[in-house]
Amino acid sequence: MYDSGKIIAGLLVFVSIIAFPFVYNIGADIVKPEPKIDTPVIQQMAVKQCVEPKEFMRAEHMQLLNKWRDSAVRDGNRVYVGSRGDHYNISLQNTCMHCHSNKKEFCDSCHNYMAVKPYCWDCHIAPKENSL
Amino acid sequence: MKILFPFVAVMTLIIVVVAGVQFANLQFLFGVIIPYAALVTFTAGIIYRVIKWAGSPVPFCIPTTCGQQKSMPWIKQSKLENPSSSLWVIGRMALEVFFFRSLFRNIKTEMREGPKVVYGSDKWLWMSGLAFHWSFLIILLRHFRFFSVKVPYLIHVIESLDSFLQIGAPLFYMTDAVILAAVTYLFIRRIALPQIKYISLAADYFPLLLILGIACTGVMMRYFTKVDVVGVKQLAMGLMTFNPVIPNGIGVLLYIHLFLISVLFAYFPFSKLVHMAGVFLSPTRNMANNSRMVRHINPWNYPVHVHTYEEYENDFREKMKMVEIPVDKE
Ligand code: HEC
Ligand code: HEC
Ligand code: HEC
Repeated sequence: MYDSGKIIAGLLVFVSIIAFPFVYNIGADIVKPEPKIDTPVIQQMAVKQCVEPKEFMRAEHMQLLNKWRDSAVRDGNRVYVGSRGDHYNISLQNTCMHCHSNKKEFCDSCHNYMAVKPYCWDCHIAPKENSL
Repeated sequence: MKILFPFVAVMTLIIVVVAGVQFANLQFLFGVIIPYAALVTFTAGIIYRVIKWAGSPVPFCIPTTCGQQKSMPWIKQSKLENPSSSLWVIGRMALEVFFFRSLFRNIKTEMREGPKVVYGSDKWLWMSGLAFHWSFLIILLRHFRFFSVKVPYLIHVIESLDSFLQIGAPLFYMTDAVILAAVTYLFIRRIALPQIKYISLAADYFPLLLILGIACTGVMMRYFTKVDVVGVKQLAMGLMTFNPVIPNGIGVLLYIHLFLISVLFAYFPFSKLVHMAGVFLSPTRNMANNSRMVRHINPWNYPVHVHTYEEYENDFREKMKMVEIPVDKE
């Protein structure tokens, strides 16, 4: 092997880049998010269900919120008819967060895990929560 | 044929995963075993290739330069284009790796009326190559969000710059559009330009189609047919901590994405894609043009038995004297 010093240095850099994600996560405590739905409003519901089925909400709530926003802000339509035929007032703060008033334990538990920070709360007011 | 084969290959790969995941429940194979195997193949393959290259000697000092070399003190040297010291070689290499300096010099040749040969600047390949490689890098770095619990600050900076248009939810990333446009251009270039089409092989189309497949499935998962992103991260973190889990109901699209990436990684060291490592080992780029100052010893040189004039004269001195040829030593 020629220039073995430089070759080995280069290969070490390469291997460290590959190994970095594995090393970086050593000892990290991975808490699987468990969004809590035990808010006062939800507890009073007879049938505990969201505006759409759970699987749909899990994967598509961002898209739904986007649709809601466009519908309310652009088209002035503030009524959402869900796939089950029930009507909801289109509002982030007064509908979603009315039921999910535990933003920190619900929305944020997933979002922190995923490291997403929706910028919605720059303007919209998050529900007041006692626990920090 | 040269396009058909790679196209069929990529389609077959997709059908294999879909069938495997939908009908045979092979989530563990496609979600854990194949990704690990691909990463090992990638790492070992690159190391193997680099060591093999390092075993080939460079017999001559052969940097290809394109500027004034170091000469008299009153002649200005073009240090980046014709470096004579390691520092400037590193500078030249950096320009090559980060900005594709030599591709920037790409020109086109045309026969015009006359007949006359004309040369013109041709920056499209350079531009789309740059757009493609940079967006690929940014996308790769952004994915680190899935592979770490405490996501490094730098990744957040990259994400927010990439999504600063704040279109839609989830936020639209600019690089997603750029990579699709760039790869599409690079693909169309190969079929639309007759000269390029003539020299294109299956091995040129295959990686392009593979990367196009990866980018399309990624874009689909983010913006259109959604998957359970929390499940995706659980799968990724399981891989990172050697504690594999297969969360239920992630969606087959993720497995297609992951499998195509695994194929790309495993294919990487054995294809033209290995230029990622090869660019650093190109003697025409990584050598200093210092042949007037430093003697380049050909590593092939081995001690050759030479018969000097002195020895020759010793052998034939008497005979030379006899025919009156002058000799050095009496
Ligand atoms: C720049 C400030 C700002 C940001 C950031 C912002 N919004 Fe809004 N949003 C508004 C304003 C102003 C309205 C109009 C309120 C109205 O007319 O009732 C609105 C209305 C809405 C509405 C419909 C009406 C209602 O009461 O909720 C939805 C849904 C909504 N936004 C969702 C979102 C989501 C989701 C995000 C984050 C992805 C977001 N917004 C980020 C300012 C903002
Ligand atoms: C009427 C009360 C109510 C409203 C309004 C409501 N939700 Fe829900 N949401 C629920 C309940 C109850 C569940 C749990 C459903 C289940 O377990 O089947 C839930 C589940 C969810 C889930 C899935 C959680 C998981 O564990 O996978 C998400 C995400 C979600 N909601 C987001 C939203 C968003 C965003 C809005 C506003 C567009 C909203 N919800 C409005 C009651 C509500
Ligand atoms: C089951 C876990 C989960 C719950 C609960 C949840 N989210 Fe999310 N949310 C996600 C994931 C995952 C993403 C990011 C998807 C991605 O990165 O592609 C996301 C993204 C978003 C985005 C888009 C952010 C962006 O910058 O792209 C908005 C807005 C959002 N969530 C709002 C909410 C609100 C409001 C709630 C509470 C009512 C909520 N989410 C609850 C998992 C969840």
